[in-house]
Amino acid sequence: MTAEPTAEAADTFPKLLARNARLHGGRPAYREKEFGIWQAWTWAEAEAEVMALARGLAGLGLAPGDHLAIIGRNRPALYWTMVAAQACGAVPVPLYQDAVAEEMAYVLEHSGARFVVAGDQEQVDKVLEVQPSLPRLERVIYLDPRGMRKYAQPHLHAFAEVQAAGRVAPAPLGAAIAARVAAQGPDDVCVMLYTSGTTGRPKGVVLSNRNIVETARASCAFDRLTADDSVLAYLPMAWVGDFIFSMGQAYWAGFCVNCPESAATMQADMREIGPTYFFAPPRFFEGLLTSVTIRMEDAGALKRRMFRGFMDLARRVGPAILDGRPVGAADRAAYALGGLLVYGPLKNTLGLSRVRVGYTAGEAIGPEIFAFYRALGINLKQLYGQTEASVFITQQPDGEVRADTVGVPSPGVELRVADSGEVFYRSPGTFVEYFKNPESTAATKDAEGWVATGDAGFIEEGTGHLRIIDRAKDVGKTADGSLFAPKYVENKLKFYPNVLEAVVFGAGRPYCTAFVNIDLTAVGAWAERNNIAYASYQELAQHPRVYETIAGHVEEVNRALAADPMLAGCQVHRFLILHKELDADDGELTRTRKVRRRIIEEKYADLIAALYGGAASVYTETEVTYEDGRKGRIKATLAIRDVKRAPEARRAAA
Amino acid sequence: MTAAGAVVAAAPERRIGGVLMEMKNITLRFGGVTAIKDISFDIREGEIRAIIGPNGAGKSSMLNVINGFYHPQEGEIWFRGAKRGPMRPHAIAHQGIARTFQNIALFKGMSTLDNIMTGRFTHMKRNMFWQALWKGPAEREEYANREVVEKIIDFLQIQAIRKTPVGRLPYGLQKRVELGRALAAEPKLLLLDEPMAGMNVEEKEDMSRFILDVNEEFGTTIALIEHDMGVVMDISDRVVVLDYGRKIGDGTPDEVRTNPAVIDAYLGVSH
Repeated sequence: MTAEPTAEAADTFPKLLARNARLHGGRPAYREKEFGIWQAWTWAEAEAEVMALARGLAGLGLAPGDHLAIIGRNRPALYWTMVAAQACGAVPVPLYQDAVAEEMAYVLEHSGARFVVAGDQEQVDKVLEVQPSLPRLERVIYLDPRGMRKYAQPHLHAFAEVQAAGRVAPAPLGAAIAARVAAQGPDDVCVMLYTSGTTGRPKGVVLSNRNIVETARASCAFDRLTADDSVLAYLPMAWVGDFIFSMGQAYWAGFCVNCPESAATMQADMREIGPTYFFAPPRFFEGLLTSVTIRMEDAGALKRRMFRGFMDLARRVGPAILDGRPVGAADRAAYALGGLLVYGPLKNTLGLSRVRVGYTAGEAIGPEIFAFYRALGINLKQLYGQTEASVFITQQPDGEVRADTVGVPSPGVELRVADSGEVFYRSPGTFVEYFKNPESTAATKDAEGWVATGDAGFIEEGTGHLRIIDRAKDVGKTADGSLFAPKYVENKLKFYPNVLEAVVFGAGRPYCTAFVNIDLTAVGAWAERNNIAYASYQELAQHPRVYETIAGHVEEVNRALAADPMLAGCQVHRFLILHKELDADDGELTRTRKVRRRIIEEKYADLIAALYGGAASVYTETEVTYEDGRKGRIKATLAIRDVKRAPEARRAAA
Repeated sequence: MTAAGAVVAAAPERRIGGVLMEMKNITLRFGGVTAIKDISFDIREGEIRAIIGPNGAGKSSMLNVINGFYHPQEGEIWFRGAKRGPMRPHAIAHQGIARTFQNIALFKGMSTLDNIMTGRFTHMKRNMFWQALWKGPAEREEYANREVVEKIIDFLQIQAIRKTPVGRLPYGLQKRVELGRALAAEPKLLLLDEPMAGMNVEEKEDMSRFILDVNEEFGTTIALIEHDMGVVMDISDRVVVLDYGRKIGDGTPDEVRTNPAVIDAYLGVSH
C-alpha cells in the first residue's frame, strides 16, 4: 500500500473507487476472459465505467434507498453495477443465479427491488416469469444481449444502452450523483445478502459500509494483501465471501479481480491467471486431489515413483518449511529438488503456483487433503465465518496452521463461548439487522451486539485457537457431565476410507458408544488383497479381521480425542459394526446423507441396549425396504467390541 | 408463461427479403435411377427453409446439388440473380455457401479452434509464402480471422472446449463445432444436413436455439434437411416436401401439415 487514506476519506465503495483510480489509476482492476483473450480494465477505466453506469441508472430513476437486484455469473460489469447502485444511493442485492424462478420471486419480493440487472436471457426469462407477483419491480436491465432481440417489453433495457446514456448524461445528473456519494458514510447500508436458507426462508442480512470496509481493512492487514495481489472471482456473487474477497478486499487493497470466461473454463482460466489469493470450499480441494491421484495412476512408472517419493518427503518436511520451522539441510536440498521436478510443475498445472494466501472454510476438511496442499508449499489456511459477521470470525495466522482448528479471532473480533458450548462473537463486521425481520434479529444478536453462531466449540488453552465441534443443537452432555459432540467424533471416524458412516451415542449416558458402517468398496478391496472370502455384506462386516481394523481406527480416534481435555469424554468405549448400510429408503439418513439420530435410536434400541449392557454379541432382526418398495427382514448376530481408551493427557501448550 | 406469450406477440417483423437462390426444373439421374425429378423451388433471403421427406426421397441429393457436389442433368440454378454453371464445391464455397454434414466431417485430431479456423479459408487472401513468412499482412489477417472465430466460439458457448481435440468430444458438441466451422465462412446461405440426427431431446433443443439465433443475429439464410418433423415445423419459415424424387408440397409449416399428399407420404399409401 502506498499512502493509506484516512477512514473518513474512503468509507464507501464509490469513494474507494475514486481513491483507487487516483492511486492505482494505470493498474489493472478487472480482467475478464472473453473471445479467448483476457480483456483488462484499469482502475481509472473501471471508475469511468461505473460512473457512466451510475448516471444511466439514475437517469432511469434509481433513487436513494432503492434496492437493485443483481443476478448473473461473476462478470466485471456486474461488480460495477454494485458500485454504481451504491453511487446512486441504492442498495445492491446480489442473488444466486442458479435459483429457480420461485426462489428468486421470494427474494425479489422481500427486498422490494425496483431494478434488476440480469446477466443474460436465462435470468431475464426467470424474472419476467415471476414479474406479475412483483408490483414494485420497474426495470430489468440485461447484460448479454444474445437472444434478447425478440423481447419488446418497454421496461427492458440493454446494459450497454444504459451505460451509453450515462456517458452523455447532462452535467447536473453527474453533480447529483457526486452529491449522493459525498453524503454517504459508514453507517449507510452497503449491501444486502440473503442467507442460503437451508433452514426456512432466506433472510436478508443488511451490512453497512462500516461492516464491510472495516472487515476489509483488518483482513487485508492480517494477510498483508496489497495492490499486487490478484484473485479469481468464481464463487457466487450472492455469497458474502465473494463480496468480501472480490469487492471489499479488492477495493481496499486495490488488487485485480479476474473473471473466468465461463464456469466450465474456470480451471484453465485459473492456470492462466495464477491468483495469489484464493478461496475454495473443501470439496474443491478434495476434487482437485482426486483428479491428481487418478492422473498419476495413469502416468508412467518413473513419474509415479518420482511423485510417490517426493510426496512422502513433502509430507514430512513441507509444512515445516512453509511455517519456517528448522529443517535439516539434506531434507531442504531434497525438497528444493522436488520443487523443481514435482511440486512446481504440479502446482503450475493446478493453477496454484502463485498462491500466497489460500483459504478454505464451510465444513471440515480431511486432514490428509489439507496436508497434501500444505506439503506442496501452498499456504492453505482455514477460516471460520458467517454472512452475519461479514465473513471473518476466526482465521489462521501464517505459521499457526492446523487441520483441526479454525484459527484465532480475526482482528477486532471478540469471542465468547457460552456454558452450552455455543460460540458467540462481536465485531466491527457484525451485521446491522435482518431486513424486515426484527424477531430474527433479536433472536440472533443481543443488545450488546453479541451474535450467536449456532455452532458449538471451544477455545484451545495455550494457543487461543477456536475449534468448532458441532452444530450447537446437536451437542449434549454425557451422564458424568462431560461434553458430548457426536458429529465431531463421527467426522473423525469417517475420515478413514474404511468407514462409510458412523453414529455415536452418549447424550445422558455413562459413556460413548458407536455404530459403524463399513465402506464396501474400500473394505471389499482390502479383503480381496488379503484373500478374505465373504459371501455377503453382512458376513464381511462381521469378519473378525474387519473388526480388528475398525477397532484400530476407533483407538486412533480415541487417542486424538484424549489429547483434547474438552473432548476426552467423547472417547468411544464400545462399538459394533452394523449388518446393513444405513439407508435413506429406510429413513435412517436424509436424502443428503445426513444421519437421522432420533430414528436410528428408536429403530436400533435393542442394539444400543446391548452396547450399554455387557454382552459380547447381540442378536437382532431388522426390517429393510428394498428399492422396489417391498419390505423384508434381516437377522444377524452382531459382535460388540470394547476399545482401549487413551489416558486423558493435557496437551502441552504449544 | 404469460410473459413469454407477450414476447412472441411483440416480436418485430423478421426481414425476409427477395429470392436468394432459385432451383428451376432440376432433374438428377445416377445411371438409370432418377434421384430428383423436375423439382423447382426457391430460397428467400433471411428465411429458414426446410427440405423434408421420407427416406430415399432425394433430400440429401438436393442438398448436394445446391452445394455443387452433384451436377444435375437438367434444370437451372440461379444464385443471387445469376445463373450458375457447373462449378466445383470449393468455388461454390467462395460464392458464400457453407454446409454441415449428416455424419460429421471434422478433423478429429485437431482442436475445436483449429477446426473452426479452417472454415475461414475462403477469407484468407495471402498465399503460402506470406503465411510462412508470418509478417505484416499474413499476421494481421490471422488475427482478424481469429477474432471472427472467437466470436463464433462465444456465440456457440463452446469456450471450454476451445483447445480440446474434437475426436474427444461427445457427438452433440461435435455437431456444434461443425456448425461453427460453417459459420466461420460467414456464408450467405448455410446448408445443414440433418443437424439433429442422433441427438437427445436436450441437444435438439440446444441446436434449434442455435439455428434460430444464427438466423436472427447474423441474418443468415438457412436451408436444412431434417427427419424430426416436430423440430422442422417449429423452426422453419417454409418447407419443401419431397417423396420419391418429386416435390409433393411446398409452403408454410401449417400448409404442409394439412396437405393430403404429405400426409399420405408420411403415413404410407401404396404406390
